[in-house]
Amino acid sequence: MAGLSSSSSGGGGGGGWSLGRCSHAVVRALPESLRQHALRIEKGQEVDFARAEREHQLYVAVLKSKLGLQVLELPADESLPDCVFVEDVAVVCEETALITRPGAPSRRKEVDAMKKALESLNLNIIEMTDENATLDGGDVLFTGREFFVGLSKRTNQRGAEILADTFKDYAVSTVPVYDSLHLKSFCSMAGPNLIAIGSTEAAQKTLKTMQQMSDHRYDKLTVPDDAAANCIYLNIPGKGHVLLHRAPEEYPESAKVFEKLKDHMLIPITNTEMEKVDGLLTCRSVLINKTSEL
Amino acid sequence: MTTEVGPETEVKKESEQLGADAVNEKREEATESQENQKSEKTLSEEAQSTPSPELATQSSPSSQKKEKDPPEGKGISRFIPPWLKKQKSYSLVEPKDEAKKKPVEERQAAEERESQLPEDIAQPKGNLEEATIESQQETKKNDKEEEKHSVSSADTQPAKEDNKESEAEKVANEQEEQQKVEEKRETKEVQTAEIKLEKAPQKALKKIKTVPCKVMLLDGTEYSCDLEKRAKGQVLFDKVCEQLNLLEKDYFGLLFQDNSDQKNWLDSSKEIKRQIRSLPWLFTFNVKFYPPDPSQLTEDITRYFLCLQLRQDIASGRLPCSFVTHALLGSYTLQAELGDYDSEEHNNHYISEFQFAPNQTKEMEDKVVELHKTHRSLTPAQADSHFLENAKRLSMYGVDLHHAKDSEGVDIMLGVCANGLLIYKDRLRINRFAWAKILKISYKRSNFYIKVRPAELEQFESTIGFKLPNHRAAKRLWKVCVEHHTFYRLVSPEQPPKAKFLTLGSKFRYSGRTQAQTQQASNLIDRPAPYFERTSSKRVSRSLDGAPVGITDQSLLRDFSAATVGPAGDIVFAGEAVGQTKLKNGEGRDVNGSPTKIPQLELTQDEKKLASRAEGPCTAASDADKSSHETLNIVEEKQQAEVGIEETVVIDEINRGKMQAVTGAGETRKVEHLSKKDSSSLSSDSSSSSSSSSESEDEVVGEYQPHHRAAEDIIREEQEENEDAKRKEECATKVIQSVETVQEGSKVTVEHTQVTAKALAQENAVAIKTGEKNVMEEGKQDLRAEDEEEQLKINGDGSHVDIDVVPQIICCSEPPVVKTEMVTISDATQRTEISTKEVPIVQTETKTITYESPQFDGSSGGDAGVLLSAQTITSESVSTTTTTHITKTVKGGVSETRIEKRIVITGDADIDHDQALAQAIKEAKEQHPDMSVTRVVVHKETELAEEGEE
Repeated sequence: MAGLSSSSSGGGGGGGWSLGRCSHAVVRALPESLRQHALRIEKGQEVDFARAEREHQLYVAVLKSKLGLQVLELPADESLPDCVFVEDVAVVCEETALITRPGAPSRRKEVDAMKKALESLNLNIIEMTDENATLDGGDVLFTGREFFVGLSKRTNQRGAEILADTFKDYAVSTVPVYDSLHLKSFCSMAGPNLIAIGSTEAAQKTLKTMQQMSDHRYDKLTVPDDAAANCIYLNIPGKGHVLLHRAPEEYPESAKVFEKLKDHMLIPITNTEMEKVDGLLTCRSVLINKTSEL
Repeated sequence: MTTEVGPETEVKKESEQLGADAVNEKREEATESQENQKSEKTLSEEAQSTPSPELATQSSPSSQKKEKDPPEGKGISRFIPPWLKKQKSYSLVEPKDEAKKKPVEERQAAEERESQLPEDIAQPKGNLEEATIESQQETKKNDKEEEKHSVSSADTQPAKEDNKESEAEKVANEQEEQQKVEEKRETKEVQTAEIKLEKAPQKALKKIKTVPCKVMLLDGTEYSCDLEKRAKGQVLFDKVCEQLNLLEKDYFGLLFQDNSDQKNWLDSSKEIKRQIRSLPWLFTFNVKFYPPDPSQLTEDITRYFLCLQLRQDIASGRLPCSFVTHALLGSYTLQAELGDYDSEEHNNHYISEFQFAPNQTKEMEDKVVELHKTHRSLTPAQADSHFLENAKRLSMYGVDLHHAKDSEGVDIMLGVCANGLLIYKDRLRINRFAWAKILKISYKRSNFYIKVRPAELEQFESTIGFKLPNHRAAKRLWKVCVEHHTFYRLVSPEQPPKAKFLTLGSKFRYSGRTQAQTQQASNLIDRPAPYFERTSSKRVSRSLDGAPVGITDQSLLRDFSAATVGPAGDIVFAGEAVGQTKLKNGEGRDVNGSPTKIPQLELTQDEKKLASRAEGPCTAASDADKSSHETLNIVEEKQQAEVGIEETVVIDEINRGKMQAVTGAGETRKVEHLSKKDSSSLSSDSSSSSSSSSESEDEVVGEYQPHHRAAEDIIREEQEENEDAKRKEECATKVIQSVETVQEGSKVTVEHTQVTAKALAQENAVAIKTGEKNVMEEGKQDLRAEDEEEQLKINGDGSHVDIDVVPQIICCSEPPVVKTEMVTISDATQRTEISTKEVPIVQTETKTITYESPQFDGSSGGDAGVLLSAQTITSESVSTTTTTHITKTVKGGVSETRIEKRIVITGDADIDHDQALAQAIKEAKEQHPDMSVTRVVVHKETELAEEGEE
């Protein structure tokens, strides 16, 4: 039962050290409808679907092959153009998964497949059924010690409350999101106590708010580009600190900042096409740490 | 004897059920048991050991009074056993007994019981009559079962005592038979009473100055001791820690419930009796400062007590955690208390006796067992450490929550913790103010303010205000903040503010050791790890179910409800915490038929109450008397103490004097009258709005003990506040004395003017007002509002003047007097009473006095600052019109409050206006050297008219 005890320790709050621990990941293939119908903040360049697929395959390969995660790949659903962005439909912390109620009505059905996948992983499933609540996982920043929930166009107070009720061990603080789609459109965790943050005024302001709201002191890693501040930190046994960040071809200045993280195993990821529809690195996976054997 | 009638009703019931003789016996037992103990167990035991018949024979008239009480207790006791109300009834009874005892004792000084007889007898009769009447009314009103009814009647009786005046008519209505029965009872009762008397004197001789004290410990056991009456909190706390063999005691504290059911920390540097107004002294031993890192504690025994506290916190829901964490913590609890999992010994059911979570499911229990199996070989101390390592990470660990509203009236929670102040809306953290960011903490009335260091790129400090449910809540929060800040953030406690501040604010400071100091001290602990026995948390959980624990844990959770309901029940009377809660409910039921009605009554029937506010003064007096009675058998001592100490005393005296004038009786009579008034007012409230203060005086049947109690509670609070004020005043100045003299003189006008002039003066004035209010009975809510606002303004002046930036901890402007008033006002329940007090303010001349703080605005609020709010409050009473204009402005980071008060007094020229004004100004200057009187305009007119202010 060693596994149990360790999981239990995680339940007790976990400190900041369980952050990034990961054994499983849930991803979803992208439908062709993404090209035409995926939601986007503003019209921009057209998505090169073939290239988008390649990027996504690389992304999954890194998780699966390079990092050794058990990856559940959900099939695409053409009726759900945004279904590749699985992060928004579930928030998983330790053994508990909150199935969200996405702020965009067109995305509500995305939760069904995710729910089944998480059930198959034997997680405690909590569903957000309150019709007044909306929450996108992209607005949820888990630091390992606490949650920050961005109040955005996609996420409202009620959604945050339900998240707080779901993860009672942790403080859940709300922060306003001004100009971006999600809270994590300009920040993410880059290490156990390290917040990567964009340079825009809005991003910096939000960081200040988060710092004020927290009993913990976080280090910050400021990168020139907001989008590049969205990275994926993992702590993989045998590999140590792993950081998936945006490729230098995309954000060279930001990449330089990441490259200063000497303790991290850095893995550049290209995300050109997905970003056209506001998709960033964290958006495409739900990371799960199953400590006990299934 | 009409008096008999009251008991008769009860007797009938009893007789019907049991037979008079049996009833009597039982009654005796019950009474004794009540006296001796509040616990059910004690009751039964004591009942067996009931007083000897000899004593009974000795019964004297004085004893009759006592007798009356005992019968109540008896009746109650009978019915109670089946009902939860037992405790309630006991609690009710006790106060009466005590009250009776007190007078008796006083008189006994001579030990002459008989001499007392005539007065006592007369009173008892009246009481009985009233009681009977009440009971009858209740029966009419309530379809409740006879048993319940009897209980209720018993409860009401205490109040009845107050009403001495004959209600012969009502009595006549009652059957003679009943009377006969009652007579029998009385005799029996008398016997018991005599017994009591004997006991009481003995106690007086031996332990004249001791007070029985009970402390609920974290393991669910109870620690009892007798404390010297004037003992400070530290004495008790040290005793408890000694009992617990606890050295690292600075993390802990003693909680008591105030009259409004709120939990308060016992200030170890102050006398207990100044803090807890009710008897018996009940406390719960709790963790006060949660160590952020329990592994830093030196001794396992300290961690053990912290574990016990956290288990309570978790089981009660006060410390929320996830399913997994509940299970994990529960498994460590099992390991610590049961040792390794034993498949033979630990069957599936062993776990369900533990409470791990508020909502414990089978699934959770299974998980707990599963995890328990994994902890094999962990020692209890190790299991505790694991428990704490996980518990300390919970986000609400060590967070002391307080209900509040933000500036927009949205419900929020303020959480005080080691690092600062957390703001929650629902379960979401919406803001946080680290101690380092907070420059000042203050409160005014029911408002709580923090002044925050300017953020980057900002130049000015900002002050953020929160609205607490009432003044006491604000003060409580403020004190908790001061204490937490000091404990966690300072190396050594701050010295109390200088005398200069005394006039304006509380001088309260945390007097204990800081965390740094206690850690230092802990390093010096040099003793072998003390052996201690871990009590099964089963027991803890059970205790949780019981009331006593509830005080500790649930007080927070129940803050709101408690606040509303609070006034109804007197903890003091109730022997046990359990009893208290029950009492509340029971009272509510008795009176209104439903517990919830009490708060409603208060809210809804403000007007009614107002009408009956004449009670206010009376109640105040009664409180004093009661408190003295309650405190101990040793009435004399208390009275002396009270008198010597504070202004309150003066007030009481005044009230007494009035009462006496009315009653023409001794203090005991006064008490009774007071109680009568209360009851009457209550009754009037519940029964009919038409009943006026005059009615209350008329001694209409006092149906509502709950109300009565509520009134008492309120009064008590006021007294406390007054006391605080007195204390402050004592420290600060002698002005009070002068005020007192004035008050004694009962010249309202002068005082009123003073009030307007001074914040402090207001306090005094308020007290006076209350006394006067009796006269002015037509209290108006408007007046209340005015008073409140005035207080606010005043406070605001003091606090707003805050220009002093540096001090992190704050001086709060809490003019003690103001507090009292504030308190009353703030609490919905209390409002009525408060209003009463305030109402009296009226009689005066037309005088306009404006005091402004010279520091800020030399002139009026015409600064460039932003106008926050402007209020004009007008209250009218029979002879006085008071207009208060309050202007709040923010200039720079400083907020200013200007209060202009215009009082138009329509007098019959009985008052020397000039003298009164001069006196008021003089006193105002004395009390507030920082304040200046900008203008004083006096218009004397025959007619009522508002005269030019400035």
